[in-house]
Amino acid sequence: MPRRDDIETILVIGAGPIVIGQGCEFDYSGTQACKALAAEGYRVVLINSNPATIMTDPEYAAATYVEPLTLSAVAKVIEREKPDALLPTVGGQTALNLAVQLAEAGILRENGVRLIGASLAAIRTAEDRRLFRAAMVAEGLPVPRAAAVGTLEAARDAAAELGLPLVIRPSFTLGGKGGAVAFNVPEFERAVARGLDASPIREVLIEESVLGWKEFELEVMRDLADNVVVICSIENVDPMGVHTGDSITVAPVQTLTDVEYQRLRDMAQAVIRRVGVETGGSNVQFAVNPEDGRVVVIEINPRVSRSSALASKATGFPIAKIAAQLAVGLTLDEIPNDITRKTPACFEPTVDYVVVKVPRWNFEKFPGADDVLTTSMKSVGETMALGRTFAEALQKALRSLEAGYAGLDANASSRLDAELLPERLRVPNPDRIFYVKLALQRGWSEADVAQTTGIDPWFVHQINKLVELEGELGAFDLTSAPDELLRKAKRAGFGDGQLAGLWGAAEEDVRRRREGAGVVPVFKAVDTCAAEFEAYTPYYYSTYEEENEAPTGEGRAVVILGAGPNRIAQGIEFDYCCVHAAVALRELGYDVVMVNNNPETVSTDYDTSTRLYFEPLNLEEVLAVVAGERPEGVIVQFGGQTPLKLAGLLEAAGVSILGTSPDAIDLAEDRERFGGLLGELGIPRPDYGTAFSFEEAREAAARVGFPVLVRPSYVLGGRAMAICYDERALARYAAEAAEVSPEKPMLVDRFLEDAFEADVDAVADGEEVYIGAIMQHIEEAGIHSGDSAAVIPPYLIKDVHLETIRDYTRRLALALGVRGLINIQFAIKDDVVYVLEVNPRASRTVPFVSKATGVPLAKVAARIIGGKTLAEQGLAGEGRAPGHFVKECVFPFDRFPGVDTVLGPEMKSTGEVMAGAPTFGLAFGKAQLASGYHVPLRGTAFVSVNDNDKETVVPIARDLAALGFRLVATRGTAARLRREGLNVEPVFKVNEGRPNVADKVVSGEIDLVINTPMGRESFYDDATVRRAALARGILVVTTLSAARATVEAARVLRESVPGVQSLQEVHGGVPNK
Amino acid sequence: MAKDGFLILEDGRTFRGEGFGSTGLALGEVVFNTAITGYQEILTDPSYAGQVVALTYPHIGNYGVNDDDVESRGIFLPALVVRSYEDFPSNWRATASLGQYLERHGVVGLSDIDTRALTRHIREAGAMRGAVAVGAYDEGDVLEQVLASPPMAGRDLVRDVTRDGAEVFAPAEDDARWRVAALDCGIKNNILRQLTARGVEVTVFPATATVDEILAVRADGLFISNGPGDPAALPYVVDIVKGFLGRVPIFGICLGHQILGLALGGRTYKLKFGHHGANHPVKNLKTGRVEITSQNHGFAVDASSLPAGVRVTHVNLNDDTVEGLRADDYAAMSLQYHPEAAPGPHDALYNFNVFLEMLERRTQKTLGF
Ligand SMILES: Nc1ncnc2c1ncn2[C@@H]1O[C@H](COP(=O)(O)OP(=O)(O)O)[C@@H](O)[C@H]1O
Ligand SMILES: Nc1ncnc2c1ncn2[C@@H]1O[C@H](COP(=O)(O)OP(=O)(O)O)[C@@H](O)[C@H]1O
Ligand SMILES: [Mg+2]
Ligand SMILES: [Mg+2]
Repeated sequence: MPRRDDIETILVIGAGPIVIGQGCEFDYSGTQACKALAAEGYRVVLINSNPATIMTDPEYAAATYVEPLTLSAVAKVIEREKPDALLPTVGGQTALNLAVQLAEAGILRENGVRLIGASLAAIRTAEDRRLFRAAMVAEGLPVPRAAAVGTLEAARDAAAELGLPLVIRPSFTLGGKGGAVAFNVPEFERAVARGLDASPIREVLIEESVLGWKEFELEVMRDLADNVVVICSIENVDPMGVHTGDSITVAPVQTLTDVEYQRLRDMAQAVIRRVGVETGGSNVQFAVNPEDGRVVVIEINPRVSRSSALASKATGFPIAKIAAQLAVGLTLDEIPNDITRKTPACFEPTVDYVVVKVPRWNFEKFPGADDVLTTSMKSVGETMALGRTFAEALQKALRSLEAGYAGLDANASSRLDAELLPERLRVPNPDRIFYVKLALQRGWSEADVAQTTGIDPWFVHQINKLVELEGELGAFDLTSAPDELLRKAKRAGFGDGQLAGLWGAAEEDVRRRREGAGVVPVFKAVDTCAAEFEAYTPYYYSTYEEENEAPTGEGRAVVILGAGPNRIAQGIEFDYCCVHAAVALRELGYDVVMVNNNPETVSTDYDTSTRLYFEPLNLEEVLAVVAGERPEGVIVQFGGQTPLKLAGLLEAAGVSILGTSPDAIDLAEDRERFGGLLGELGIPRPDYGTAFSFEEAREAAARVGFPVLVRPSYVLGGRAMAICYDERALARYAAEAAEVSPEKPMLVDRFLEDAFEADVDAVADGEEVYIGAIMQHIEEAGIHSGDSAAVIPPYLIKDVHLETIRDYTRRLALALGVRGLINIQFAIKDDVVYVLEVNPRASRTVPFVSKATGVPLAKVAARIIGGKTLAEQGLAGEGRAPGHFVKECVFPFDRFPGVDTVLGPEMKSTGEVMAGAPTFGLAFGKAQLASGYHVPLRGTAFVSVNDNDKETVVPIARDLAALGFRLVATRGTAARLRREGLNVEPVFKVNEGRPNVADKVVSGEIDLVINTPMGRESFYDDATVRRAALARGILVVTTLSAARATVEAARVLRESVPGVQSLQEVHGGVPNK
Repeated sequence: MAKDGFLILEDGRTFRGEGFGSTGLALGEVVFNTAITGYQEILTDPSYAGQVVALTYPHIGNYGVNDDDVESRGIFLPALVVRSYEDFPSNWRATASLGQYLERHGVVGLSDIDTRALTRHIREAGAMRGAVAVGAYDEGDVLEQVLASPPMAGRDLVRDVTRDGAEVFAPAEDDARWRVAALDCGIKNNILRQLTARGVEVTVFPATATVDEILAVRADGLFISNGPGDPAALPYVVDIVKGFLGRVPIFGICLGHQILGLALGGRTYKLKFGHHGANHPVKNLKTGRVEITSQNHGFAVDASSLPAGVRVTHVNLNDDTVEGLRADDYAAMSLQYHPEAAPGPHDALYNFNVFLEMLERRTQKTLGF
């Protein structure tokens, strides 16, 4: 069937900010979809609130709306753009649920918009667990016993009938959001209540538990001619009960015979047909009883998903792109396979390697969070590795995590507590794979480990083979190990670092020894067809085999190192920058070689770079790529801290680093050297010290003066950073959070209290500096820049300070010899501008600045690296933002019940949104909306601030009162406000009696919470209120600067309704190339 | 673990690896199969007689072997080549490891070779003769033996795999609705399962049977099975089929399809490296639907050689080869691929119903014997 010509304009809805369960895989899918639809000649209109996406780059759509993903904003876009169709299947659950809302509100019908990709009925049948179950039963497909309920009472009845343990699964959510397993009645009641809240239609499925069964996923595609193909099969190493997003998974399925696999395939086909997904990709999940092979269907996701991104990268089959083509009527047999060119997309990819995905968690950032893995996802990212065996792929994936492991290695074991063995095996947790190894090392039988974990004996056996091999290796040392054994270890995926650890040798010496013995990797291609056909745009992975397939030393190549797995503080923004760099350098005629291991990203898409290597971002692997490609150099400045850490090592190994030199990077990163440079330039920074013992830390603190900001050296995202107000706090920090030692120095800075913070992204070519923008943080210094809302242009910083910031930026960029991007953080206190930090690399805010000003900074930087000066690019001075643009952050607190939501110098947000408007207040209000909170326009405001803030809060409270808000406050705050003549109702703190403020929040009597932390004593008290508010979706403001902005937003929003505007309009229709 | 075995190709390319299963020397045409699952079905498929099979999926042996997933009375292929043999099976149906199975059947296994390099070599150079040797063998000697071995083109391997005498397979339940005579050129059990499950009583004849012997069972239709070797080397089977053209409906699968093609006056030719896998897209030209099929053939029917009255019903979307034929005048149909799957997707099972419809229609018209 040819493409549909009854539609012209197609609206694509993106997934919004990165949150747990909905990561950058939806940028990958959305970007592919937009490209594919545009290539078919459609006019694409896009809405997505997340500026850090490639899909929201103006060249991917005719009209790009970086606007809140709310019903009213999408409705406005529909009214303005008059799309003929809406594609809701490439923007995660967000897009799917919005499409349902739009349909139910009649907006689609009124505007003549048709759903393509999935019909309303199909979405409902798939996402409403009641309808899904009924459909499966009608089709004769096996499902666990279950009942769908909408109330706690009904849930109790169901529980009585089904018996505990039970699994609670909300309708219309993803990432297991709101889901849980309940083993007892209180757990059950809590889980049902939470599940009902999480479900947009207040419905949960109460289901018989099949905990411990094997979990499988099939990625299925269907076209309008009813052709159905399976792109990839995935087996979860962790059994049922651990969300697929939190499971170590492997593709293809390893432990099923063809008969059993084909049964799943038949069922997957039946499911997609029954549910009625007419076109596109779906993910079907199954549980299989390991005792007898009984199968039950778990769910279908009628859209592209995290798993389909994984499946695409695992097979080379671009699911999202083809899903978009199918949505407009093409059939699979009409679409060519881009990789083989000769054969059609209507086939089932086959692989001749094993793919392992390992999730990446960030529990260390959320003290108090429970690290038990369950049916609700907690990981923030993932990494994928390919190998010729499971063991090889597993070890490479663990190495890619950048969590301090070189594989399934000994480093990890030293952290483990053997005492906890049975428990940490039985209860799923992030370290479980290492506990499996530990148990085997301690003499547990494979059968016992398999029994205790529910992990299939096959996987346990593979790990045991690694344990045995490690034992064998341990009998030798670097010089005595036979070459054959070395080769065997490398074939099993052992990293040089791992071997170095085993042998007490330096990694470099292992590498030399290995290369001397001729044990070097080759690169094999991912080609969808196991080499049956010639591949034209394949990508590569390293392995230890005979034949190398990657081209060697062709063309003018440059290597770009990616950012690895998403984690808090190093997320999609860096992938965005890598993609921009790749595009810009390809335009300049380079062969761009990308190295990365994050399957969710656009950078690992097969057509982003000239050649892609799916590899761990370690010295060993990068050197191997370089040895093969013989590039002009390696670019380290776009992928965040990951490649930056390699810069010096690469240079030492004789690799040339393009852009800013490793020495300049070191100059900026090394505190002492950097301090020296600032001194020379006469640029102030907060007093600081570096301590190699607690005694030194104390002295440093005394010298710079309390409060101090302390942290371990070389961290990103403010890891383990804290503010200490006195010596006691400092001692506690040293004892609990970060040891101080000669190997692990502690950095001590004077903490600038109540200072404004500003961030600058700039580009330099060695001669000139172009300032992208100065962003003012809404929150004061002390709240991590990644967690603070920011605004362009600054709205409260004096011009003279802005001038100083510009001056410092230029001088620093030139003094450091920056070629490419630089990011500088400033704090302004008592009319002094301090430099807090310089990052000679891409920063988190590059996409935001680029979209606010229309100048794509990362591309500009890449072109500089490619030899084009700023002057040649026609850039000078500073970017200009046509309007006010606010970036706001989103936090994963809803995934970690019990964790405090207060912000500090340690970054906790997973993603961000952007909003633009003619005024600051409106932009800020829109940004709040986009991040999921309504700025209340009226109602009751609860105010409770610490003594430092009692003065500053007065004008804010007055403004609130003037806007007609009723004020409620805790005793001290109330007294202070009363003295100003404000009408305030006092309320109990949580520990003062009842009803207290938490009761009021819970019963919906509070619409806005302004609460600055009161210090350790009242910590739990405050936290309770903040959590209660979070649970009810009430806006909680924990800093006064944000409170001020919120009041401003409320005022503006009462007077005017925010409109929507496309980036193309904002920037005068000039696409920002 | 010494590298105690090797694979040598007729052009001299050698891969050293480790033996598993039986030891010894095995000669054959070296082909690769790209299916991820189904090694037990592949091993027991008689169509692989005379072929050293290399599997492109690296982990082989994971789920062991069982008593059910068996496609014939034994293993006819001389040797199996894999990247990573897995001795530890994990599956609730497993009864033995793959190595034990090969040993029991006297089949040589070779592991730990770069099977992707081998695949690429065959893709470029074409399927060729080779040998797997596990034990004390000299490469030079083995190469000589390879060069002295018969090429696949022109080879009749059906005589090696066909059964000795006729055998009847009755439907599991009730009375047979149809009686079909099947020519065993190396028939797979799942074909018999599919037919009997549809109420067909199948009398399986050796491929060397005579027309009269077959006529004697008064079958409603004739089935020509899959099998190994060059169809052009089987004039005696082609003659049987010619004897039945127009008398009863005929259904051929794989080699059976090629034989029907020859009987109808067409020609066959050898493909460069054949189709062996479970992911081949085939378009049904009548419905426009694409089915993902299981395939295993080194020869194909030349579309341009077909006389008028013979239609191509299915084509392979990868390379446009003929995948299905229909001669309406004779009520004859055939498929180059394996509708019975085993291993592979079940998309094409419907073809057995198509054959049954053919039987139905023909009977209504009461064919005269
Ligand atoms: N009946 C069940 N028994 C045990 N575990 C279950 C059951 N149903 C689901 N799970 C587990 O919960 C996870 C999440 O459920 P799922 O329906 O896939 O949620 P989501 O749609 O959010 O991905 C699954 O990956 C599986 O591990
Ligand atoms: N001396 C200081 N005074 C006040 N706040 C500071 C100071 N140094 C850092 N901060 C705050 O801590 C946050 C994190 O510090 P930063 O050096 O940017 O860490 P990272 O490099 O890990 O992102 C900054 O965004 C800023 O808000
Ligand atoms: Mg789901
Ligand atoms: Mg799921």
